[in-house]
Amino acid sequence: MSNVFTLAVPSLLAAGETKEFTDGGALAEWAWLIPVVPIVATFAIVFFGKRSPLKGWGMAWGSMAFVAVYGIILFFANLNEGITYEGAVAIGDWGADGLGHAFGIEWGWMVDGLSIMMYVVVGVVGVLVFTYAKGYMEGDIRYTWFFASFALFGGGMLVLVSAPNLIQLIVGWELVGVASWLLIGHYWEEHENSSAAIKAFLVNKVADVGLFIGAIIIGLSVGSFRFSAIMEHISHGADHSTLAQFSFWAGVAIFIGAMGKSAQFPLHVWLPDAMAGPTPVSALMHAATMVTAGVYLIGRLFPFYNTPGFADDVRWIIIIIGTLTLFLTGLIALVADDIKKVLAYSTLSQLGYMVVAMGAGAYTAGLFHLFTHAFFKSLLFLGAGSVIHAVHSNNMSDMGGLRKYMPQTYWTFMVGSLALAGIFPLAGFWSKDEILASLQYAGGNYTTAQGGDALANFVLVVAIAGAFVTAFYMTRAVSLTFFGTYKGHGHPHESPKIMTYPLIALASLSAVAGLINMPGITSWFTKALEARFLAPGDHHAEGLVISLAIIGTLAAVGGITAGYFLWFADKGTQQERDKFRIPVLYPLLENKYYIDDFYMNGIIRPIRGPVARAVDWFNGHIIDLALNGAGLVAIKAAKVVYWFDQRGVDGAINASAAAAGGTGGLLRLLQTGRVQQYAFLIVAGTVILVAGFLVF
Amino acid sequence: MLINQFLLLGAALFSLGVYGVLSRRNAVLVLLSVEVMLAAVNLNLVVFDRAHQDVVAGGQVFSLFVMAVAAAEVGIGLAIVLLIFRNRRSANVDELDLMKL
Repeated sequence: MSNVFTLAVPSLLAAGETKEFTDGGALAEWAWLIPVVPIVATFAIVFFGKRSPLKGWGMAWGSMAFVAVYGIILFFANLNEGITYEGAVAIGDWGADGLGHAFGIEWGWMVDGLSIMMYVVVGVVGVLVFTYAKGYMEGDIRYTWFFASFALFGGGMLVLVSAPNLIQLIVGWELVGVASWLLIGHYWEEHENSSAAIKAFLVNKVADVGLFIGAIIIGLSVGSFRFSAIMEHISHGADHSTLAQFSFWAGVAIFIGAMGKSAQFPLHVWLPDAMAGPTPVSALMHAATMVTAGVYLIGRLFPFYNTPGFADDVRWIIIIIGTLTLFLTGLIALVADDIKKVLAYSTLSQLGYMVVAMGAGAYTAGLFHLFTHAFFKSLLFLGAGSVIHAVHSNNMSDMGGLRKYMPQTYWTFMVGSLALAGIFPLAGFWSKDEILASLQYAGGNYTTAQGGDALANFVLVVAIAGAFVTAFYMTRAVSLTFFGTYKGHGHPHESPKIMTYPLIALASLSAVAGLINMPGITSWFTKALEARFLAPGDHHAEGLVISLAIIGTLAAVGGITAGYFLWFADKGTQQERDKFRIPVLYPLLENKYYIDDFYMNGIIRPIRGPVARAVDWFNGHIIDLALNGAGLVAIKAAKVVYWFDQRGVDGAINASAAAAGGTGGLLRLLQTGRVQQYAFLIVAGTVILVAGFLVF
Repeated sequence: MLINQFLLLGAALFSLGVYGVLSRRNAVLVLLSVEVMLAAVNLNLVVFDRAHQDVVAGGQVFSLFVMAVAAAEVGIGLAIVLLIFRNRRSANVDELDLMKL
């Protein structure tokens, strides 16, 4: 391992703060196993999965269990003493640019507070979802292939979060993208599902262009793609920085990349369609992998967005996009009938909260919400999967009254819903409250031109209204699914233990995950995230802001109450249940603000139509002309060749045959068959020879 | 020892044999002429053997071999002629043009 080198980067902290972190020792040096094990498992499943006793499930599960255990060990080691470690293996060289910066291609692994948090989320949620998936996917036609893709999904995300440079991050980013394409289109026999997979992939590709441009700007102006180098560059201030000149556009471009993966308005359209995949995929995608990548990316580059002179003027764009996302998509969840779509729009709304927190400069609050959301959202998806497994329908109009048939699913789903709604003391309460509290500080981040305190206050109001909407739609989902009378076919029954045990585990985590960061009491999560090369310098609440906690809880309780009165008294038909229809708003929401229609009719068709016509014209005129010309030339050439063949080649062959025939005819005259004539010729020849010898 | 008279006799005999082979129509006489040619050759062998005072008498021994081979050849030749005569009722060499085929 002589080509492995580690960077002993001293911790660079802003504002004169100094803090010492360890390099983590052997524990961090061996952390390269975290992304490698699931990737190796993927290939092992592809090649040996079908012959293995558990059909590949064992390998996928084992790799995730390894990540979970390693992640938890690292998490506690990091709590004990902050770890910042960056390992790298040089695998190639791109040469130098005009300014003399040498760019190497490196494979590395990052061990610091942020990546350790992501290892824990991916590992723990992953292992529980994989356990559940064994029961859910039983009897699937592509069972082994599903687990190969699933392990690749987790592995790609781990490559992304372990990346110590932007290039490796993009590799992981695309691995996640391709794995999501495989998994969303798992049931590709139905055209709708493969379209959803392609849509997810293409929408992400549009956003990826932003990420690439941002990475190129940052890499070239800093002279390195390493995060440690970028952070060091930022720590020297904006005055003599080349990056600072381009940082607004770099910040916007990177954020567009994050908007794609984290499904921010208006690039959110792929996420609800991604429900076409099997439910465990949705659970993992919405909790641990894929959608968290964008928030993670902003978190990883947080000092870039938070240091004056750099991309700090992008933050008001981030906060506005996040606010739009959290409120508008939350409203759509109110009208969806498909239970998975309700949860999908809920995820969009919660991602909006995370992005708002990032835009407000609340690094810890945003990532804490990512952490808690991972547990209760995966729980809700798995619970919805359990219901779908029993009812064989995604639509809540086919459900109802399942409380009696599926008690364990019901109770765990309730815990998840209350956690999502932000009810004390479940996980969502703490993280949502922390976001609200950090928004109070955020006003000073914006200039008057960018809205200043007015913007921050507006966002705070919208976020509180969003909490109301969240509680409202979750009450609707719970009421329509678990209360009232059963409207589906057959007799629903509780799912097998392999599916309910992960639900119980996740419900426990959803209940207690918030307790690790109670402001002023336990700040373990804040402390864990502090370990990084350049301190985020964010605002985090030092104590519980009582007023906001009360307002937030009141909003949630208000939502639950309103939902109770509207939907708990369950009626028979869809029309009766949705009697509460506001004329303009309801069609607007049901058609998802016509954004999909706008993309299809406003962007895709106008481009596709002329392009198709242009291609047709080009085909009819240019290509056909060329083809016909080539055909004519070929016919002329063939005629010449024919003439040459008939006259030239055949003539030569016939002439040689005739010559051979004529010679044969002449020689035949000698062949009389008379022995004495032959003998005479022999004697005559001998006499001539002897005479010749005698004379000469 | 003067050998010219023997060589002239051998040449005369050989020429006689050649003439016989080329001119005779009867296959038996053609074979007989071949024997005359062989006799001429044997005469030459014996004469040169004597003229050179050969210690191992190679010429004389070789002429004995020629006579033995000639006897065998005539045996086979006469058998062929006999079969041809039986099949075609003629031993005329001019009519035997089967080699043309």
